[in-house]
Amino acid sequence: MSAPWATIRFILNGEPCAVHAPPMKRLLDVLREDLRLTGTKEGCGEGECGSCSVRMNGELVNSCLVPVIQAEGATVQTIEGLATNGELHPLQKAFLACGGAQCGICTPGMLMAAAQLLDVNPHPNIAEIREGLAGNLCRCTGFMRIFESVVKAAANESTSTEEQAAHAR
Amino acid sequence: MRGNAEAHQMIAPGSLAAVLDLMSSAPGEWTPIAGGTEIMVAHAAGKPVAEKLVSLWGIPELRFIEDRTESIAIGAAATFRDLRAHAAINADWPLVSRASSWIGSIANQSRATVGGNLVNGSPAADSSPAFLVYDAEIELVSSRGSRRIPYAAFHTGYKQNAMAPDELLYAIHLPRRFAQHRQYLRKVGTRRAMAVAKVALAVTALLKEGQMSEIRVAAASLAPFPVRLVQVETALLGQPINSITIQPARAALLAEATPIDDIRSTATYRRQVGANLLEEFLIKLRTGDASK
Repeated sequence: MSAPWATIRFILNGEPCAVHAPPMKRLLDVLREDLRLTGTKEGCGEGECGSCSVRMNGELVNSCLVPVIQAEGATVQTIEGLATNGELHPLQKAFLACGGAQCGICTPGMLMAAAQLLDVNPHPNIAEIREGLAGNLCRCTGFMRIFESVVKAAANESTSTEEQAAHAR
Repeated sequence: MRGNAEAHQMIAPGSLAAVLDLMSSAPGEWTPIAGGTEIMVAHAAGKPVAEKLVSLWGIPELRFIEDRTESIAIGAAATFRDLRAHAAINADWPLVSRASSWIGSIANQSRATVGGNLVNGSPAADSSPAFLVYDAEIELVSSRGSRRIPYAAFHTGYKQNAMAPDELLYAIHLPRRFAQHRQYLRKVGTRRAMAVAKVALAVTALLKEGQMSEIRVAAASLAPFPVRLVQVETALLGQPINSITIQPARAALLAEATPIDDIRSTATYRRQVGANLLEEFLIKLRTGDASK
């Protein structure tokens, strides 16, 4: 038996979008298949690895566990929406500078989790970084370069904010 | 193999009244889904999932935390992130905050709800022991009305509970009267994040003139569902805490616990570690450094 499909509307990376899909279809699949945003990766498919992390209504979620009907009316940000006007996010720059990415499968989720962390807590200590990223698994880096990337991004972000403040004066 | 999304109906009525109407019109036919951290995982693994699902996500009437002076009411769709961010819960029910920080990861805490954790009824549920030692009450609601039962009477068997097919878990109520109690919660698992408990123990205790005047002990993964350990409580009630009284309490726990062997641990280990956790608490209590 085939259940009725639904039209679901949400804001994706700042732009309104509508998809017609089975309501239980995973947000992950809608992003990758219907909307062709393949930056969001599938790792475990059961909420353990964090590869599919996106932000929904300002909170970090595993898109493999979100039935798309629950994204109705939501604001969704994926890795494709992290850079603004062609300028990489400070975290993306820091991951490049510190070697925070290797094979790249965990990287989009890692960046989204790190972006969420810095939004909530702009100057996390190492324990807070570890907790913020504990749901994101990496098999390549051994995590240290990822943690260093987040430390660097947090430091740069505060520098750039201070610079902006100085310019404003 | 993954389940087929197209084989399921999922609707989002958007209000509590509409959900209750649906559930009363066809009791037992519709299974509620909130953050999906159980059902979507089962779906991913190709395990059986109800054919008809009704979404509770985004219903404001279910996602609330309301401080009522004598108690706090936590809506069933409050997430564990909501709980961790709540100042009164952190201050007055610290074990709930700590347990909430153990739920999966940040991404899971953003989605997993209190109601989901309790209705799912895992024997290893992270939040359950804390709620049990705070004498929580569960408020159930249906189109027939609402009723409250002690949380200790909610779980009735492995993955079974006291809810009727047309009922929904509406809220959990925590009385505010544990400021003077020594409070303890410890989980033993393989990793800090994302690990299901091998065993967890929670205690609230009140000593008066060196004797145990109140004690509540609850455990995860020591029975088919989260339980109060009443024989352990009985063994300690009215007693002073010393090497003579700690031993019968340990023995009571070893006798009362009914854990199983599974992929995460063994019954023998769980029983032994459960008793060790109890002893750790009692020693801390005796030496006066029991952490809150």
